[in-house]
Amino acid sequence: MNPDKIDTSREAAGAEAPQGGTAPATAGSPGGEQPASPPAPAKRQVELRGLSAYYGDHQAVKHVGLYFAATDVTAIIGPSGCGKSTMVRCVNRMHEEIPGARAEGEVLLDGGDLYGPDVDVVAVRRAVGMVFQKPNPFPTMSIFDNVASGLRFTGTARGEVDDRVRKALSEAGLWEEVKDRLGKPGLGLSGGQQQRLCIARALAVDPEVLLMDEPCSALDPVATLRIEELIGELKQRVTIVIVTHNMQQAARVADTTAFMLGGELVEVAPTDKVFTNPDDERTEQYVTGKFG
Amino acid sequence: MESASLPSPLPPVSARRRRADRLARSLLWTATGVAIVPLVLIVFYILSKGLGALSLEFFTTDPTGNFFGDQGGVKSAILGTIEIVGFAALVAVPLGVAVALYLTEYGGNGRLARSVRFFVDVMTGVPSIVFGLFIYLTLVLGGFGGSSFAGWKGSAALALLMLPIVTRSAEVVLQLVPNSLREAALALGAPRWKVTARVVLPSAASGIVTGSLLAIARAAGETAPLLFTATIVKATTFDLNEPMNSLPAQIFQDLKQPNDELVQRAWGAAVTLVAMILIVTLIAKLIQRRSRVQGAP
Repeated sequence: MNPDKIDTSREAAGAEAPQGGTAPATAGSPGGEQPASPPAPAKRQVELRGLSAYYGDHQAVKHVGLYFAATDVTAIIGPSGCGKSTMVRCVNRMHEEIPGARAEGEVLLDGGDLYGPDVDVVAVRRAVGMVFQKPNPFPTMSIFDNVASGLRFTGTARGEVDDRVRKALSEAGLWEEVKDRLGKPGLGLSGGQQQRLCIARALAVDPEVLLMDEPCSALDPVATLRIEELIGELKQRVTIVIVTHNMQQAARVADTTAFMLGGELVEVAPTDKVFTNPDDERTEQYVTGKFG
Repeated sequence: MESASLPSPLPPVSARRRRADRLARSLLWTATGVAIVPLVLIVFYILSKGLGALSLEFFTTDPTGNFFGDQGGVKSAILGTIEIVGFAALVAVPLGVAVALYLTEYGGNGRLARSVRFFVDVMTGVPSIVFGLFIYLTLVLGGFGGSSFAGWKGSAALALLMLPIVTRSAEVVLQLVPNSLREAALALGAPRWKVTARVVLPSAASGIVTGSLLAIARAAGETAPLLFTATIVKATTFDLNEPMNSLPAQIFQDLKQPNDELVQRAWGAAVTLVAMILIVTLIAKLIQRRSRVQGAP
C-alpha cells in the first residue's frame, strides 16, 4: 500500500493497522489496541484504484480513486446518472451481475484486491454487504428467516443462527418491534421496518463494509430519520458507504463526502468542507442547488 | 349563496358518443353470448347424456368386451389415465421447470437460450397426434423395452406434449420474480444455485404448480397420442410396460359401437374425464388465489 496514492483525508484511519505490515506513515500505532478490544477492528478499509465500470460500450465510472476509512461514513453524492450507484456496486462486485457490465481497476479491501484472479465473488459479498434502494425482504420468508437467510446461504451452524439473528435485529433497532412476531412474513412490516429488516439481514452475516444505495429514497421522513440514527450507531462496527440524492442526508450522516459528476470523481473531502468550502467550482454549484 | 349547485360549465356527453357507447356495449355482449352458448351446451349435453350411466359398477368394474349383456364399467380407463398422466407429469414437470430455470437464471439472451425458446414455442404448436406418431415410430414399432404398446410409451407421448407447456408457463412465472430479490440474495453472499433454490423457486412455486396442473389437465384429455402408444385394452393393469387403457381412448372406442349401451358408457366416461380435469383445474385456481392473497402487502 502506498499512502501517496490515497486521495482522500485519512484522519479517521489513524488508529487502523493495515494488514501486510507496511503501515503507512499516518498510522499511529501499528497493531496497537489489541489487548483492549478482542475482535480488533483494525481492518475494514476500502480503497478504489483506477476503477472504471462499463455497461457494454458505455463507460459509467471513469477511473475513480477513492478511500473509505474504517469507522467512517462516506457519502457519495451527485446528480442522477453520475455513476455513483454503479461505482458502489463495483465494491461488492454486484455490478458484473448485469448482463454486459464489467469493471476494471482495483478495489482493495484491507489491501487485498477484490478483483484479483483467485478471489471468490461469493466471499467478497460476504465481506461487503449491501442495502438497496427499495426494501426487498424475501417474500416467502418470515421476519426471522429473512435475517437468517444470509447465515443459511453461507452455511452457518444451526445453533449459532438464533443468537446472530437476535443480535442483528437489535443492531438494526428492530428487535423490540418484531420480537413477538418473528414468524410473521417480512412483507407485513411497514416500509421503514422492512428497510431496517434488510439492514439486519445484511448485518447478520457480519460484513466488514456496508454499502447503502439510496437506502431512504423510498421512505417517509420519520423512517428516514430512524435509518440515519442507525447509520450513526453502526459506523463503529462497519465501514459505511452511502449513496444518496439527498444532500441534507449526506450532511447529517457522513464524515466524508465524495461528489461525482459524469462518471468522474470531482471532489472528496470532510463533509463540512464539501458543503461549506469546496475546492471545485462544480461541487459548489451542485451543493448550492445551481444544477442537478 | 345558492343552495342548489350551478349548472356544469363543461359540455354534456354528446349524442354521438352515447350512440357509439351503446353500440360497442351491445356488440361485446353479443360476442360474449355467442362464445358462451356452445360451452354451456357442451357441459349440459355431456351431463344429461352421461349422468345416467354413472353407478357404482361403472367405477368399480373393467370393460368386459361383451357386445350384449353385461358390458362392465370403466375402472381400467380411470386408473389407466391416472397412471399414464401421473407418470408423464413425473417426467415432464421437473424437466420443464429445469429448462425454464436455465432460460431465466442462466441462459440469459445467449444463442442457446434463444434457440431453446424458439423450439419450445414451436413444440407448443405441434399437434398432439404428431407426438403419438413419433413415439409409435420410435418406441412402439421398435419394440423398445421388450413391449410393443405400453402405458409408459403413452406417458412418453404425453410428456413430450406437456414439456413445452410446463416450460413456457414456468418461464413466465420465473421472469415475474423481481430481480431485486436475486440481487438481495447475491449480495448476501449466496452462490447462484442457492439464490435459485432458496429464493427464486419458492417465490415462483405457486405459479409453477398452477401452470403444471393446467398442463396435466390438458394432457389428461388427449386421445390421439394414446391410441397408438398405450392403445385400448379391457383389463386394469398397474404395469406401465403393458398396454394400458385410458378414458379418452375408451370414449373413442365406445362411441363407434352400434350399441346404445356402449355409447351411453362413452358419455359416462366423458363426464368422469371432465370431472377429473375440473378437479385438477380447481386445485390450480385455488393455489393461485391463495398465493395472491399471501403475496399482497
